[in-house]
Amino acid sequence: MTSPQENKDSIGKDLVVYFCLLALAGVQFIIAYQNLDPAQMFARMLAVACVEAGLAALFFMHLWQEKRGFLIFVSIFVIFVLLSMQFGWTDSFRMVMGAPFSKY
Amino acid sequence: MSQADLTMEGHSTGLVGERPFSIPTKKLAMWLFIIADTMTFAACLLAYGFLRNGSPNWPRPFDSITNVAVMTVILLTSSLTMLIAVRSAHAGDKSSAFRWTMITAVLGIAFAALHIREWFGLIDKGMTLFKNPWGTGLFGASFFSITGLHLTHVTCGVIALLVVGVRYKGGRYNADDIEVLSLYWHFVDLVWMFVVPLVYLLNLSH
Repeated sequence: MTSPQENKDSIGKDLVVYFCLLALAGVQFIIAYQNLDPAQMFARMLAVACVEAGLAALFFMHLWQEKRGFLIFVSIFVIFVLLSMQFGWTDSFRMVMGAPFSKY
Repeated sequence: MSQADLTMEGHSTGLVGERPFSIPTKKLAMWLFIIADTMTFAACLLAYGFLRNGSPNWPRPFDSITNVAVMTVILLTSSLTMLIAVRSAHAGDKSSAFRWTMITAVLGIAFAALHIREWFGLIDKGMTLFKNPWGTGLFGASFFSITGLHLTHVTCGVIALLVVGVRYKGGRYNADDIEVLSLYWHFVDLVWMFVVPLVYLLNLSH
């Protein structure tokens, strides 16, 4: 059981993370209104989303307080998922360009 | 007693005694569910990205970001209220934990209501699963699949929040149950952080 003072301090930390997440979400909306080509826009938005997800997982889901082994296990899994998605997305250019990773 | 029983008995302490990563069983089960669910959403977003890249006439039907911005703020705020509920539960403040859990559920309902309103708006404009007035019909299928899957998760989360909250207040569940549920709720929030840029912001009509 936590003391009221500890509880207050933790909520203060949570509020900081919450405002960071709001700010990062705002950054995504700003990127959406910039004059960028879709690939660049996509890369920037995905990078911001990864940072947001990392903050939420580490501090909201308390992954940071779990054992290092578990943190490493989850990190490896996430990297695997993101790389798999990246492989699939880049391969989709084959449908339009005729070859994977083709320079058009 | 059979040889198998003897073997099981001989190893029972080793098999049952240690918990992987020293995480409580319910919490570990939720983490494993989240990991499996991550694969489901990743597959959906991968399919969506694949179709979007490969379709030259991909529609950009969203004129305004107001609705999705409000939905994002609501979902992020619901994560904060869920955190406060967990903190209160661990501090032993039962009524506060129950109150914040219910506030989270209300925010979840508000999110779902805005989502459904948006769906009806798009359906009114002529968008269905297989056709729309702007471009390839694949857009409707992928949009409704991804947002529908997310909305299903939010709806299940709201039901779970109401059930766990009421049972926690009645003394049948404890603070750990609230914490396990909070993991699920934060995951729903986390998925939305990827759905917004990929499905909404990349398809603005500017």
